[in-house]
Amino acid sequence: MTSEDKSIGSKLHFRRDAVHQPAEVETAAPPSAGRRSFLRNGAAMAGMALAGAGGGASVAHAAKMTVPEWSRTMGKPIPATDYGMPIEYESDYVRTRSDIFVNRQNYSDWSMSPLQRQQGIVTPNGVFFERHHNGTAKIDPEQHRLVIHGLVKQPLVFTMSDLMRYPSVSKFHFMECSGNTLTDWRDPRSTTVQQSHGLLSCAQWTGVPLAWLLDEAGVDPKGKWVMLEGGDGSGHLRSIPMEKIMDDVLIAFGQNGEMLRAEQGYPIRAFVPGWEGNTSVKWLRRIKVVEEPAHVRGETARYTDPMPDGKWRQFSMEMECKSVITNPSGGMSLRGPGFYEIQGFAWSGNGKITHVDVTLDGGRTWREATLEDPVMDKCLTRFRYRWDWDGGPAKIASRAVDSTGYVQPTVEDLAREREIVGFVQHHNGIFPWAVSEQGEVTNAIG
Amino acid sequence: MRLGKLYTALMGALILSLGAAQASADENRLSAGFGQPISEADIQPWDIDIHAPSGAGLPPGEGTVEQGRQVYEAKCLACHGEKAAGGPVYGSMVGGIGSMTERPRVLTPGSMYPYAPILFDYTRRAMPMDAPQSLSNDEVYAVSAYIYYLNELIDEDFKMNAETMAGIQMPNRDAFIVDDRPDAQAERCMSDCPPIGTVADAEWKAGDY
Repeated sequence: MTSEDKSIGSKLHFRRDAVHQPAEVETAAPPSAGRRSFLRNGAAMAGMALAGAGGGASVAHAAKMTVPEWSRTMGKPIPATDYGMPIEYESDYVRTRSDIFVNRQNYSDWSMSPLQRQQGIVTPNGVFFERHHNGTAKIDPEQHRLVIHGLVKQPLVFTMSDLMRYPSVSKFHFMECSGNTLTDWRDPRSTTVQQSHGLLSCAQWTGVPLAWLLDEAGVDPKGKWVMLEGGDGSGHLRSIPMEKIMDDVLIAFGQNGEMLRAEQGYPIRAFVPGWEGNTSVKWLRRIKVVEEPAHVRGETARYTDPMPDGKWRQFSMEMECKSVITNPSGGMSLRGPGFYEIQGFAWSGNGKITHVDVTLDGGRTWREATLEDPVMDKCLTRFRYRWDWDGGPAKIASRAVDSTGYVQPTVEDLAREREIVGFVQHHNGIFPWAVSEQGEVTNAIG
Repeated sequence: MRLGKLYTALMGALILSLGAAQASADENRLSAGFGQPISEADIQPWDIDIHAPSGAGLPPGEGTVEQGRQVYEAKCLACHGEKAAGGPVYGSMVGGIGSMTERPRVLTPGSMYPYAPILFDYTRRAMPMDAPQSLSNDEVYAVSAYIYYLNELIDEDFKMNAETMAGIQMPNRDAFIVDDRPDAQAERCMSDCPPIGTVADAEWKAGDY
């Protein structure tokens, strides 16, 4: 059995969308019922098997095999051209807006990635999380221009075909919104990991190092910061220190093998590895080299962190080391005592993940989980831990360590340093899930 | 078609990078560049950022509180409400000064912005939400005057322009500290550890509850 087989097998232990489902199970699926009914049937069969064993019947057997329709008919022919979409049974694999805040407009808003169902470290482009400040811009690549100016010898303008003549670089990196998990500092408000941690995704990004383009323009030694400005209706602007720009910032046009999706900044965005998502300015139109940041609204009134004594922490752009268990997670149910593989993601904006530990008893004891290759810099890393659940109540959580030696803190550790008041960003705290004797998994923060 | 050429170029670049899979980014670097020179004068219509601490970049123009009230009522009120006190879509843009050491902190341009020109920069680039960059500079100065007047930071006869705007002293000016993380110092305890702590635990221990 390959590790992939194990992974698929273990996934079926969880009734992963139980929260949205009626409690009773069906015994026969209507023809169009799709995957949810399939999962419920799976649970029903497991229940029957368990009942059989507990009732003293000899051995529970699965039903006799029948040859299904799809084995006795032709499949769908290959169309002349198409863009392939997931099978209809996966139509509930979707990003969703927050169900905790109900925004009264959906232009400056966000949608969250279904992490609990992500297979592997790469987030498919169709479910990559979104955060826009004035909707999704639709930009004609032929007409788009990128300008570099300010403290440079020669201001330059680039067309898309200019940019794509450069040799490109492709790198795997996570992206996380600074506001990820901000609903869940004190109380368990999110019911699923999609709601608590879904402003997180991971992709392979393709583009041109911004350092090449800046060197071509000739940076004045007085230029210490670089402003990145978007061409959408919000004109979102962030200032990034020159040192970071020259280290690893990309002008990205590709994501997971195709051109950026419109909602990810088509035709170009900045990509600032490991830093809060909004610094990776989408629909990038202008790059200005300056002596110091502009201190615009998005660098003062927003994307700053409340600190004691009425202060605000500014330019807190690195996303610190964090992890979360995605399987099992909020809204799922375990099918009874026995083997489960605990799975999740760990990531750090400051380097590679070196360890992930898992607790089953609310933090009293921790055991090291297995990291799955590849383990890459500023990238989602999958971890797994084999758990033989005894059927008793449990409180499970993960704790990551990165290559700087930084250990993921608890929210208590963070609250000792910061003030948790209002919509507080940069929550990288350890995130516990409670498992009840009935196997129900719920958010246990606070 | 030009887009076809784009894809051809992309595929070419991909093949190149596959062929040099071990090459670092720097080894891929070209000595040639493809940017086209342009003058700052020709970039000017896009050059809209204001250096908020000094007001550098604020354009010519002027507006009064009364003119601002008229602009506000025509173009802003529908979302932000009467006298910027909050409307169908957004909360209040008035008040909160002095609330930074309270719970909750009330965040408005008056209470939160450390530098007055931030309001010009943001309003010009992003407002009104359904027609960004549609206001004239005079209108932006005027509506900025109205918002700061409602926040009791300027008088009713204030004339807002590049010079006067940069001179407004904002109450939250000295509240910002630059990122000093990592702050939390967690240890990798493996056994006999305290249970996972909460925000309430931290506040209880600090006597701040």
